[in-house]
Amino acid sequence: MSVAKSLPHDAAPLHVTGTARYVDDIPLPANTLHLAFGLSEVAHGEIVSVDLDAVWAAPGVITVLTAADLPHENDVSPAPLPEPMLAVDTVHYVGQPIFLVVATSHLAARKAAKLGRIDIKPLPALFSVDEAMAADSRFEDGPRIYSKGDAAQAISQSPHILEGSIEMGGQEHFYLEGQAAAAMPQEGGDMIVYSSTQHPTEIQHKVAHALGTHMNAVRVETRRMGGGFGGKESQGNALAVSCAVAASITGKPCKMRYDRDDDMIITGKRHDFRIDYRVGFDDEGRISGVEFLQLCRCGWSIDLSLPVADRAMLHADNAYAIPNMRVESHRLKTNTQSATAYRGFGGPQGMLGIERVLDHVAHAIGRDPMEVRRLNYYRDMGDTGPGTGQRFGGKHSPNAEDIGPETTHYGMPVEDFVLHGMTEALVEKSDYFRRKAAVSEWNASHATLKKGIALSPVKFGISFTLTHLNQAGALVHVYQDGSIHMNHGGTEMGQGLFQKVAQVAAARFGVGAEQVKITATDTAKVPNTSATAASSGSDLNGMAVQAACDTIRARLASFVAERAGTDPADVRFEDGAVHVGNQALPFEDVVSDAYLARISLSSTGFYATPKVAWDRIKGEGRPFFYFSYGVAVTEVVVDTLTGENRILRADILHDCGASLNPAIDIGQIEGGYVQGAGWLTTEELIWDSEGRLRTHAPSTYKIPACSDRPDIFNVSLWDGENREKTVYRSKAVGEPPFMLGISAHCALSDAVAACGAGYPDLNAPATAEEVLASIGRARS
Amino acid sequence: MSAIAVSTTINGDEVEFLCQAEETLLDVLRERLGLTGAKEGCGTGDCGACSVMVDGRLVCACLVLGAEAEGRSIETIEGMANGDELHPLQTKFLEHAALQCGVCTPGFLVAAKALLDANPDPTEEEIRFWLAGNLCRCTGYDKIVRAVQDAAQELRGS
Ligand code: FES
Ligand code: FES
Repeated sequence: MSVAKSLPHDAAPLHVTGTARYVDDIPLPANTLHLAFGLSEVAHGEIVSVDLDAVWAAPGVITVLTAADLPHENDVSPAPLPEPMLAVDTVHYVGQPIFLVVATSHLAARKAAKLGRIDIKPLPALFSVDEAMAADSRFEDGPRIYSKGDAAQAISQSPHILEGSIEMGGQEHFYLEGQAAAAMPQEGGDMIVYSSTQHPTEIQHKVAHALGTHMNAVRVETRRMGGGFGGKESQGNALAVSCAVAASITGKPCKMRYDRDDDMIITGKRHDFRIDYRVGFDDEGRISGVEFLQLCRCGWSIDLSLPVADRAMLHADNAYAIPNMRVESHRLKTNTQSATAYRGFGGPQGMLGIERVLDHVAHAIGRDPMEVRRLNYYRDMGDTGPGTGQRFGGKHSPNAEDIGPETTHYGMPVEDFVLHGMTEALVEKSDYFRRKAAVSEWNASHATLKKGIALSPVKFGISFTLTHLNQAGALVHVYQDGSIHMNHGGTEMGQGLFQKVAQVAAARFGVGAEQVKITATDTAKVPNTSATAASSGSDLNGMAVQAACDTIRARLASFVAERAGTDPADVRFEDGAVHVGNQALPFEDVVSDAYLARISLSSTGFYATPKVAWDRIKGEGRPFFYFSYGVAVTEVVVDTLTGENRILRADILHDCGASLNPAIDIGQIEGGYVQGAGWLTTEELIWDSEGRLRTHAPSTYKIPACSDRPDIFNVSLWDGENREKTVYRSKAVGEPPFMLGISAHCALSDAVAACGAGYPDLNAPATAEEVLASIGRARS
Repeated sequence: MSAIAVSTTINGDEVEFLCQAEETLLDVLRERLGLTGAKEGCGTGDCGACSVMVDGRLVCACLVLGAEAEGRSIETIEGMANGDELHPLQTKFLEHAALQCGVCTPGFLVAAKALLDANPDPTEEEIRFWLAGNLCRCTGYDKIVRAVQDAAQELRGS
């Protein structure tokens, strides 16, 4: 069968020869025009006058558009509240597009875009969460609060109480392919758009509004992205809409791509947070209550900030059954880029908050943080799945069936908890205890270089928290020659979605994956799709493709069964053949016979995730179909004179259910971990006092490089099955491993703690400067 | 501005083109010659996605002017395979699943080939530090390093 196989990424042969086409590589007609935005240099202010004479006069400029020149809607928001594409009257951040240049070349457009003379009367600008709180500058009427039990009372009655706070920075996506789009005008005002987007349907929707037409006049195609990570969920709207509007005005094809600096200055990033906490616990470290205050910096427009902040709240428990909990979340509006989706979608921030609490509690009572984590884990449900492969579970806690699952602070039962077994397995595999002892020994005998080691778990909820998004469609054709054409609403950004789903299609028909043609995501083939986000790509689209295949398969089965006088239920599709009675008919022959017998060989498929129902205002219900789990152990070394640090070794055990493609899933885990560790260590975004982003290129913003790769990096899959009925019992893998990077931050904290008796209070990112400052705190 | 006429050799073929003085070699390759394998990840020499060879030297095509190609020999990812026969580095990238979105892949392959041409038996650390000028946001690098190690071994064996 073609599932559970490590087949290479479908386009890998194209990638290694440099022939895979991204938007910027698509050959376009020679008369194609190129676009660039003129940007605000002021963080907040009223536009007094706009003088674009020099822009118009620049070489190669065809036209220049301001908000007033747009023929229809000026809106690129993914949310119900509007977000103007070009500023109207007021600017809200440094980098906000004010006008659009259309020119004969990319360079001509960019050069001209620098020549605008915009007079802006500055208004007071808000940059920090404290400033925004003081000014009550926020989205939504007030804070959201999710709670369970009475946290304040539980804390006050606890033997020990701690308070603390952690700041965590944002993160630039740094998809290696920047934002890009192109539009080709068609007859009758129709428009074809090529977009590097995770959400073609939204591009279609926004373009239709901008052109004053209906969605049926706009077709959006996305073959692949050069990385997305959430940064192409909504941030590509402005480019696609600009191209479409310019194409409709000029009648020529139009293309727009941001160069790296513009990309970093204009587009939103991961939300930075400050999380304050108060926790009550006993001598063992068992937590009786926690209160969190989550201050989330959203930037100037709402974008996806509400669901991001919700998800941060929903992951404030991570893997821990805390009987009393209160999470208060403020979504603060500031004069900075509009923070947006980024792998984990708020989950990492919420999770870092509680992992920090566990770390702090363990430090206070002098216990191994790993043990304190285990002590507070949710009840083990290890044996309840239909086939949890490695049955380590069930040893640590009373029989789960007698007591039932514990519930989260939003009332969802945790029915699939497998972290007890996974932790035990990884502790053993990574030789945790021996290495922990070796680290202590090293630290006792070395003054300058201090080592640290830490284990951290991940429990990540899978589903869109906006319940209606949990749907997907597919379109499958079988041609007369037996070849299969597959299309679905998911987009390929390198995560291997297309390959995994093609493997599902091939498995349904019992043919090889090479027989399935993978095609570009196209709003004309599968309509009304959700963004490829929330790790849901394979879960949703795999099921939709499976449904489409099964419809065709059932028609073929009835056809051959009737011919052979048997029951369709006995027909099997395996090894390239259709098995009926004791005959094995080649799949191609059955297909061509079915065609001659006038049987439809094409079908749509549809899937809606079951069980999910959620009230985001009350904070009650089941937002997630299931949870994905993972656990990581990271060892680091810190130079106490400079704060420089590196990861020496990382060991990971991750739960992908029954993996559809182990090689692709392991790739996601490795990449996710490194990206997560990057967020918490070297990736620092710096804005100056005027609100200008000073880290807007790889020269100043440091993502992990090849030389940062851990010397030892062991990744394995937890060999279980999803207890929920997902596609071949697999689990989503896009986001969860990102949060394994938290173990690197905890390990750094552990190393710093070896410098003195104080708690390091390590913020994120733990740059060399921050590590050095925390060494000072540990020593004081 | 009048265009500059340039004669050069690309992947063994003699090529002539006209370009403006300000155009980079990357612009010329991608926009004038249709060789879109080299990518622009930053335009400032910091990401390696545009890596090509000029007279046997690894360079960032975004930092070289198109006019500087005059009289030189340029090698790009498009010339790495011998017809349908992939270079061992390309094969190993496939086998090790050393790519995800693939934008960084051409640059890594060109840079890795430059390393192995000069040093057929690099240590793991030499590979990591040589490739530190090529950024990849997707893979976490582990499989890339393994693929290069494996290709080096195969190239030495053959
Ligand atoms: S594009 Fe040349 S180094 Fe990044
Ligand atoms: S595979 Fe995406 S940047 Fe390397």
